[in-house]
Amino acid sequence: MDLTTFLIQCLNALQYGLLLFLVASGLTLIFGIMGVINLAHGSFYMIGAYMAYALSPVIEATLGGGFFLTLLIGLALAVLLGYLLEWAFYSYLYNRDHLQQVLMTYGLILVFEELRSLLVGDDVHGVQIPDFLSGSIPLGEVMSYPVYRLFVSAMCLVLVVGLFYIFNRTRLGMMIRAGASNREMIQSLGIDINFLYRVVFAAGFALAAFAGMVAAPVSSVYPGMGNEVLIICFVVVVIGGIGSIQGALVAALLIGFIDTFGKVLLPEAAGVLVYLAMAVILLWKPNGLFKAA
Amino acid sequence: MTMVNQKAIFVALFFLVLLAYPWLDGGSYGIDLVTKIMIYAIFALSLELLVGSTGLVCFGQAAFFGIGAYAAVLLSGEDGPASILWLLPASAGAAALYALAVGSLSLRTKGVYFIMVTLAFAQMAYFIVHDTPLGGGTDGIYLYFRPILGEWLVLDEPLVMYMFSLFCLVGTFGFLGVLLRSRFGRALAGIKENEQRMLGTGFVTYPYKLAAFTISGALAGLAGFLFAVKDGFVNPELLNWHLSGAALVMIILGGLGHLRGAITGAFAFMLLQEFFKSEAIFGEFARHWHLGLGLVIILAVAFLPSGLVGLPDVLRSRLAGSGVVPLKKLPEGGR
Amino acid sequence: MSNEILLRGQGITRRWGGLVAVNRVSIELSRNCLHAVIGTNGAGKSTLINLLSGEIPLSEGTVELLGNDVTTWSQPRRAMAGLGRSYQRNTIFPGFTVFENCRLAAQAKAQKGWNLWQPANRCPVSTHAAREAAHRAGLDKVLDRTAGLLSHGQKRQLEIAMCLATGPRVLLLDEPLAGMGAEETGRMLTLLDELRPDHAILLVEHDMDAVFRVADRITVMVNGTVIASGNPDEIRNSGEVREAYLGEGH
Repeated sequence: MDLTTFLIQCLNALQYGLLLFLVASGLTLIFGIMGVINLAHGSFYMIGAYMAYALSPVIEATLGGGFFLTLLIGLALAVLLGYLLEWAFYSYLYNRDHLQQVLMTYGLILVFEELRSLLVGDDVHGVQIPDFLSGSIPLGEVMSYPVYRLFVSAMCLVLVVGLFYIFNRTRLGMMIRAGASNREMIQSLGIDINFLYRVVFAAGFALAAFAGMVAAPVSSVYPGMGNEVLIICFVVVVIGGIGSIQGALVAALLIGFIDTFGKVLLPEAAGVLVYLAMAVILLWKPNGLFKAA
Repeated sequence: MTMVNQKAIFVALFFLVLLAYPWLDGGSYGIDLVTKIMIYAIFALSLELLVGSTGLVCFGQAAFFGIGAYAAVLLSGEDGPASILWLLPASAGAAALYALAVGSLSLRTKGVYFIMVTLAFAQMAYFIVHDTPLGGGTDGIYLYFRPILGEWLVLDEPLVMYMFSLFCLVGTFGFLGVLLRSRFGRALAGIKENEQRMLGTGFVTYPYKLAAFTISGALAGLAGFLFAVKDGFVNPELLNWHLSGAALVMIILGGLGHLRGAITGAFAFMLLQEFFKSEAIFGEFARHWHLGLGLVIILAVAFLPSGLVGLPDVLRSRLAGSGVVPLKKLPEGGR
Repeated sequence: MSNEILLRGQGITRRWGGLVAVNRVSIELSRNCLHAVIGTNGAGKSTLINLLSGEIPLSEGTVELLGNDVTTWSQPRRAMAGLGRSYQRNTIFPGFTVFENCRLAAQAKAQKGWNLWQPANRCPVSTHAAREAAHRAGLDKVLDRTAGLLSHGQKRQLEIAMCLATGPRVLLLDEPLAGMGAEETGRMLTLLDELRPDHAILLVEHDMDAVFRVADRITVMVNGTVIASGNPDEIRNSGEVREAYLGEGH
């Protein structure tokens, strides 16, 4: 592998890792704070991707288009949907056994997938990359790197920085951290727990949907895309340590690199590598790399 | 009549109905479907031993199922039918051996981490079967000859296959019933209720859990063996995590902590699936059968927190006028 | 003969990071002697029990049980060798009946884990020991009740019964009287009196009246260290103890 290929693969790994982090961060917080195992989290990603596919022509027709406008409207819709879902379904799950949560969120996966099939159909669809991001940057003499992928990484990085700022520097972040390490504690601090739950859930939904939206032009949209992401995100969450957002970041990048380089260097074993890594890490550290403090 | 007796009679009646079913509805479609459901019921029972009886939530059960199925195909030769007498124990044994290895490692973790480690090992098995030529890759492999036992048990016949599956189901149910009442089974129940106390009382819990894990793997392997023989064909999807998930859904839907719950769950899950898939009822919409299934599952969580086996109690309290317990008022936290 | 030492802890120390939870505690438990450990909250009393029973490993020191050095033994192994403990918070099997709680505890002595076919309730060793233990703890009338539905006092009795069902020589009891009414306390103290002749008992307890009524020896812990040890009169009259512990809020 020459240096250019290596660099390109690094960029790919970084982009994949950051996307995984956006989805996994919500999953780890919903689990860490509310104690809910949310199997439907992959569906949120899928919903985001399909919003990118379905919304852009509508917005093009009514508001004259605009890539960022689509993202913004999609995000707003995601927050709203997350808020409603929490109210309608998840708020009933907090004190239930984990296995009941598994059952209900499994039911939700089926419902979301079928609604998707009813509304959009079962075909694979490509999503247009906006013109101003559609170019490539030449790397070396024969290779080049698409601008859009760089843009995805950059957007994700901005979000990661923002997320860590909120998490470490604001009162809301303080409440979330307190909640992740000790659920009883926030109740005793006099924080409105219903509000906190709803905010975290809506944010988790929005992050996953956002990841889906920006990933859609690269991956295209297809049935079952949510489930693919779900399992790999659970891997990220447990490697990182449940409830730990730093852990999720480290684990997401780790998985991003293992998967990307695995596919290049050991294509016949690429599928196994991620799970092998998880098994080794958990046998070495049975509670993940970073236990929520 | 005591409650226990009532339940035993229900179970016995249920098995009798299964025994009579081929003559009640002789259609080949029905026989094939019920054979498949009974195999899944054995699979669900194997998981119930871990999840419902020991409190170990395994998310990699499909690997044992798939290994049992692949072993059945790979071990039976291409020149003539193998004998059930050795092929069945060999298939179940292969799955048990894998379970022993996976269990010995993954039992070092707990809770959700355990769920994920068992998933990880199952995914490894999946990708090994999927990506290597060992088991025919993504295309899977065919079973040339179905195994036999002498002259009188030839599994080529759908009816014989049906009866043999029923025999295995009743056998598994009886075996687990006896096992759970034994000292070993009570120790597993104690581990589920309170492992800390078990340690403090003098039980070294690890070998108990490992034994349960291995037995569960063997039973899942038995189900896999039956599945391979019934279809005459195996492919990597038998090891897919979707199947592990479906088994979990079956036993939760049926009601955890009861052997009959696993069987109820398997039948309910598969029959609901058939119902919503039925074009005679839903016409064009049958294509979207997941929607109905998903909604029923959500409703089941909302109104039947103890699963389908709790349905009689809910109905009884309904009739007595107390109504359904509202969701939010339910006691009992997560584990 | 009647007062041989059954459990001896020497220089027991446990550190959590930089924090010393239990600091060079030495303690001896003899048969026919009820040894109480008192101290403020966070003095390290429960940790001491956890260390003696093997639930958490020692940082330093040794534990000797019936003449054997058991410092490196696991908790189940110590339990099998005759060390019984009860917990501060109820750790019964809430879904089982009272009898089955005791029977399962007694089964530890006759595990036969490979026996997958014989029904557990046909194991005479464990059913007998379970009846006996439940009887001693005064639970005869509620044998078939689900343990999780018992009153608080009865749950505490069940804790002791499960402990007794394993036939221990040494009992480590973590606040058996917590949350009990006067009548229940009286019954429990009578039980302790009955157990005294053939057991070595360590009692961690906050109820001072009860402690001074039943204890033969009292050890006082503050901040993980033993500040005094002696018979009840000595402790009652010790200036140091009064200042550090009894003086406060008593």
